Amino acid sequence: MPILWLFLIVLAIAAVGYVSGRARALQSAGGDSRNLHSLPTYYGANVALKAVVPAFGLLIIWLLAQPLYVSSQVSEMIPETSVKEGSSLSLVMAEVRRTADGLNNAVAAGVLSEDQARNARADVTDVTQRLKDAGQVVTSEITQPVLRAAQSYRAMNSTGYAIMTGAVILVALIGAAISWFQTHSDYRARNVVEQGIRFLLLAAASIAILTTIGIVLSLVFNTWEFFKLYPASDFFFGTTWAPSFSGRGGASDLGIIPLLWGTFYISLVALLVAVPIGLFAAIYLSEYASSRVRSVAKPLLEVLAGIPTIVYGLFALLTVGPLLLDVFGDNGLGWMKAGTAVMTAGIVMGIMLIPFVSSLSDDIINAVPQAMRDGSYGLGATQSETIRQVVLPAALPGIVGAILLAASRAIGETMIVVLGAGAAARLSLNPFEAMTTVTAKIVSQLTGDADFASPEALVAFALGMTLFILTLGLNVFALYIVRKYREQYE
Amino acid sequence: MNDMTRVERAVDSKDIKINAKKVQVYYGDTHAIKDVDVAIEDKTVTAFIGPSGCGKSTFLRCLNRMNDTIDICRVEGDILLDGEDIYDKRVDPVQLRAKVGMVFQKPNPFPKSIYDNVAYGPRIHGLAKNKAELDEIVEKSLRRGAIWDEVKDRLDTPGTGLSGGQQQRLCIARAVATEPEVLLMDEPCSALDPIATAQVEELIDELRSRYSVVIVTHSMQQAARVSQKTAFFHLGNLVEFGETGQIFTNPVDPRTESYITGRIG
Repeated sequence: MPILWLFLIVLAIAAVGYVSGRARALQSAGGDSRNLHSLPTYYGANVALKAVVPAFGLLIIWLLAQPLYVSSQVSEMIPETSVKEGSSLSLVMAEVRRTADGLNNAVAAGVLSEDQARNARADVTDVTQRLKDAGQVVTSEITQPVLRAAQSYRAMNSTGYAIMTGAVILVALIGAAISWFQTHSDYRARNVVEQGIRFLLLAAASIAILTTIGIVLSLVFNTWEFFKLYPASDFFFGTTWAPSFSGRGGASDLGIIPLLWGTFYISLVALLVAVPIGLFAAIYLSEYASSRVRSVAKPLLEVLAGIPTIVYGLFALLTVGPLLLDVFGDNGLGWMKAGTAVMTAGIVMGIMLIPFVSSLSDDIINAVPQAMRDGSYGLGATQSETIRQVVLPAALPGIVGAILLAASRAIGETMIVVLGAGAAARLSLNPFEAMTTVTAKIVSQLTGDADFASPEALVAFALGMTLFILTLGLNVFALYIVRKYREQYE
Repeated sequence: MNDMTRVERAVDSKDIKINAKKVQVYYGDTHAIKDVDVAIEDKTVTAFIGPSGCGKSTFLRCLNRMNDTIDICRVEGDILLDGEDIYDKRVDPVQLRAKVGMVFQKPNPFPKSIYDNVAYGPRIHGLAKNKAELDEIVEKSLRRGAIWDEVKDRLDTPGTGLSGGQQQRLCIARAVATEPEVLLMDEPCSALDPIATAQVEELIDELRSRYSVVIVTHSMQQAARVSQKTAFFHLGNLVEFGETGQIFTNPVDPRTESYITGRIG
């Protein structure tokens, strides 16, 4: 709650600043707004912005930095001896944090008084009992060092927040005051506000980019950890995927080749389904369909794109798999052993990609100038000749781009594979066998009780990094092709 | 319009190539062309002039059924090409357009090589038996388009890389490659500079020896320079149709005179 209050206080300062800044500007111009450099609202906005932006900036930085600082301070208090065999400092710190939260909740519930929660000589068993009575911490016994650490953790946090509240309000007041004194009829408030708005928009854009960089960095560090434990050559060139979770370390084969092969094979089947159907649908919609058919059919086709992939997965598991099994299974041609197979996942994934391909291609075909079609019709070409020889070649770069984007979606798809393709990592050419992909294995390596120090869990990051680089490359290539050929006409 | 050309015009009396009678065109509820009667002669340049939106382009597009590609457009009346109704159910618009070629306002070369642009029509109509014949057709057409000398060394470069005037002459070469009997030109020089315009006009005059040419233009000087017959359209009506010399020097209808002298338009 205090942060919400702080938030409202800063906003209130800004509101007061707005009104008073506007009034001061008008007063300095002798009440006539025509004598001002900028509109009166700009003077108000100038004061408000200078109150809000630095204050909130400080607030955000403080909220990010304080937990880091407090944790590092508190973890120094924990003696080596209290870290048990097979445990780690980070696990003890997690317990400290849980205990501190428990103390907070207990105080809020009225089970503990504030003094008792802070009392450094408090009896451990008594506090533990009280916490348990209050419905907090039930997992393990609280030890003396953990309780002490938790208490100082609480104390440091509450002082930290108190200082933060004061500092933020102070910064808001100073900002408002400085800009209020600056306000004068000659002051170029409009230019300053425009600059400020530009800066805010820039900040919003950089947050998106910084997040991407953050994601990549987190992948990179964990991938690095993995390659310290497991040789890179075995990972990239190993042809068996057999992680063992029972015997930790050394016993696992973590070769990426079978997973990449599965990814490639399933994506290939998906594209073989999606590209012809999607492209033909796009050609029909953009060239043949009347505007009435188009206005109904296009949104209907795009509904396919709105279906969650897990639902497609169910469709693969319950409908397509058994259907294929009837035809290709033991009762039919005898090629298929179970409903989960490359074909099942590939076909369903292809259906998922149809609207993706058709919608993008439709836009691209529509962008081919009507003059091209007229020129061809004027020479006595039929509609299909025109499409085949003029429209499609003109739209080809864009269509290739659409297909590559669809391919990178196919490579990244997970749920359909988990439900439709089975879980066996296998190097095989038979599309009716179960296989699995990189994404599906990332999920299975990280679900359950994952120990983030073992190569079996860390391999997920190496897999994710490989996948990221593959799809990034594909996307860059797609954009390059689209850009390179875009200016062919017009 | 000197006297010599007028004399020459008087001698040029030819067969009727296209005969349009009582043509009505509707765009949805709009009556765009009203009761137009025009007789277009063979081996003659006929110019359609008139203010913007008067229906001259619309009427031109009726002559090779390009209006079929517009859903809401409806054409009534008779348009006879060599005595046959082109709007008859038995007539295939695709074959008709091979006989009645068209050049558009903006140069629209396909994003293909210069060679493929010209070979496009002959290929889809199967006019060449082998590569040598196709080469011959392409060269002949480019020569007729008065652009052969400029592009003969770079036939495999994209047609879109040429200058505007070259592109338009390429489009004309592309249109003559299918050996049409009539060539329709919809403001072929409106996107070109004066030099390119002069080249295209010269070309039109040469084309007259083989084809019947119909040209829509906003430039009255151009109509006077290149055409033997002129039709003046106003608000969807054909106001006046006659010898170019007579239309420009001695118009019958007061509206034609107002337009030519710049009072309406």
